[in-house]
Amino acid sequence: MAFDNEVLLSLYRTMVVIRRCEEQLARSYQAGAITGACHTYIGQEAVATGVCAHLRVDDAVFSTHRGHGHALAKGVPSRELIAELFGRTTGCSDGRGGSMHLFAPDVGMMGTTGIVGPNILQATGAGYSFQLLETDRVSVAFFGDGGVGNGAFHEGLNLAAIWQLPTLFVCENNMYATEVPFSYAARNTDVASRAAGYGMPGIAVDGNDVLAVAEAAQAAISRARAGDGPTLIECRTYRTRGHAEGMQDGGYRTEEEVNDWKARDPIKAFAARLLERDAIEPQALEQIDREVAGQIEEAVEFATNSPWPDPDTVTDHIFSEGG
Amino acid sequence: MRELTYTEAAREALGAEMERDPNIFVLGEGIGKRGGNFNTTTGFFERFGPRRLRDTPICERGFVGLCAGAAMTGTRPVVDFMFIDFILDSFGELANQIAKIQYMTSGRLKMPVVLRGCIGAGSGHATHHSGSYYSIFAHLPGFRVVVPTTPYDAKGLMTTSLRSDDPVLFLEHKSLLNTRGDVPEDDYTIPFGQARVCREGDDVTVVALGPMVSKTLAVCDELAAAGISVELIDPRSLAPLDSEAIFLSVSQTGRLLIIDEAFGPCGIGAEISAQIMERGFDQLDAPVRRLNGPHGPTPFSPPLESAAVPQPEQIAQAIRNLAAE
Ligand SMILES: Cc1ncc(C[n+]2csc(CCOP(=O)(O)OP(=O)(O)O)c2C)c(N)n1
Ligand SMILES: [Mg+2]
Repeated sequence: MAFDNEVLLSLYRTMVVIRRCEEQLARSYQAGAITGACHTYIGQEAVATGVCAHLRVDDAVFSTHRGHGHALAKGVPSRELIAELFGRTTGCSDGRGGSMHLFAPDVGMMGTTGIVGPNILQATGAGYSFQLLETDRVSVAFFGDGGVGNGAFHEGLNLAAIWQLPTLFVCENNMYATEVPFSYAARNTDVASRAAGYGMPGIAVDGNDVLAVAEAAQAAISRARAGDGPTLIECRTYRTRGHAEGMQDGGYRTEEEVNDWKARDPIKAFAARLLERDAIEPQALEQIDREVAGQIEEAVEFATNSPWPDPDTVTDHIFSEGG
Repeated sequence: MRELTYTEAAREALGAEMERDPNIFVLGEGIGKRGGNFNTTTGFFERFGPRRLRDTPICERGFVGLCAGAAMTGTRPVVDFMFIDFILDSFGELANQIAKIQYMTSGRLKMPVVLRGCIGAGSGHATHHSGSYYSIFAHLPGFRVVVPTTPYDAKGLMTTSLRSDDPVLFLEHKSLLNTRGDVPEDDYTIPFGQARVCREGDDVTVVALGPMVSKTLAVCDELAAAGISVELIDPRSLAPLDSEAIFLSVSQTGRLLIIDEAFGPCGIGAEISAQIMERGFDQLDAPVRRLNGPHGPTPFSPPLESAAVPQPEQIAQAIRNLAAE
């Protein structure tokens, strides 16, 4: 399956946007501009990028506590993400959500969840709608290896399989849930192999290879659009920062392991490939790098200068009417 | 006396009870080598080994259901939820099984399960990590529910919880975890259902929960200077509730205000109010008042989050208003 240069460069741009945005959020967290939780996606950019590359704006993504990358790849502008973590009214959740509750339904970003599991079921539910509405829209659940041990995984995959729903289950297996290794949480750590138990196709790909992810997602999405049911895609990857900002990264994984994975940086690897195999000029990548740096700088300024929410709005929107 | 933090005090109790009773084990995510997200089990993995400090998958319904079976067959599980919000995934196992099995077996089976976790807003963790939920559990027959506010109470109530044969919710407000206070080295217990009078006074009885206790204490001097003398009660345990202590105080002051960061409607404040009114309507010189956080999810943005929790100015104002009624 070949992607033309325009597509390749846009994959590169999305990954760089995610990376620079996350680096900025980590700095802002350290500077005290962000409170609460901030789980970065650094090291896993290829997954959100590869999957979302094939999604339309009317397709629906349901994501996790580590959801900044999914939001950006689905089309949430970086300024709205940063403003959200800064707690401002211009954030994608009006400042009410923060890092773990990002919503932008207008671009099909149907939320990130602070609770592990529900997004798998919600994506299944979106698949149900899309089937009932006789559309060719698809839904995607992103979840970690930690989600696999949750009942929601079993129940969601089973429901999607029996009703042949147009849903992708994308497991980002970064081998740890907080500091608990996946091998403590599962005897069978081959997530893709679980698909057989539900009667759906399962495929494992190198989650640090954006093209491998993109190809697997493309096939699964075409099948879903055609009414041929769900797919489980396991992307093997790694987060190179701690579980959350402000949390230590020592003890549970070796420096060697972290460095090994840093050396497999998905962005560097893809850039090298673009230069070597696709004869893309280095200037093209440098230009993207520069544009993204400018975009993030502008986004931080936008967020910093945005207004705080009015405390009187604290109970707005609990119900459909009245606020 | 020796000072400990709230977390250290609760941990000391858990460690001592685990030494004493080899049937106690702890389940949770990251409570093994990592020692717990909130340092609830630091150093225990080395002390007690992997069978008694068990890291679980993220399957709350699963391991809570498992605890019911374990407790029915001779062991004593402690579930460490880190954020108590995650308990909701296991609600069916709790409300329909763990809370009812002693009754259904006419007492032939016991249900010694301790369910602990952090509650409360104020740390910017937004609505999936800021709930309190104690009123929901206090509503259900079969649960003990404790909300300690000092290191001393954390140790004493943890010991009581671990020795109890009933399911206990042990709820720790995040803002209290690093507060320090005197804690005896020896073990001791604090009975369920025993309130603590934190400050004596004549004009208004305030029942405050969790961090509202220290927030109220902080405004008492200022109110005293203005001629309002506050009697402050920390119920410590919500189920059972020491309504006797509250009633005694209200008999002196004639006025009652309940301050709770959690929701008002159908909450513990409504229950306290009803019990006091039923017992001693004649003792009241003014309607019972409540001060709660607004009835909504906890928002993230700092100015919204502060608006979701009673602040000292509002507390002082509510007390002044009631004193003037
Ligand atoms: C139901 C529930 N239990 C526990 C948690 C606490 N928690 C937050 S993230 C996390 C680990 C998640 O691991 P994984 O799904 O692999 O995602 P990763 O952080 O590796 O991206 C845990 C245990 C939670 N959010 N929800
Ligand atoms: Mg993981």
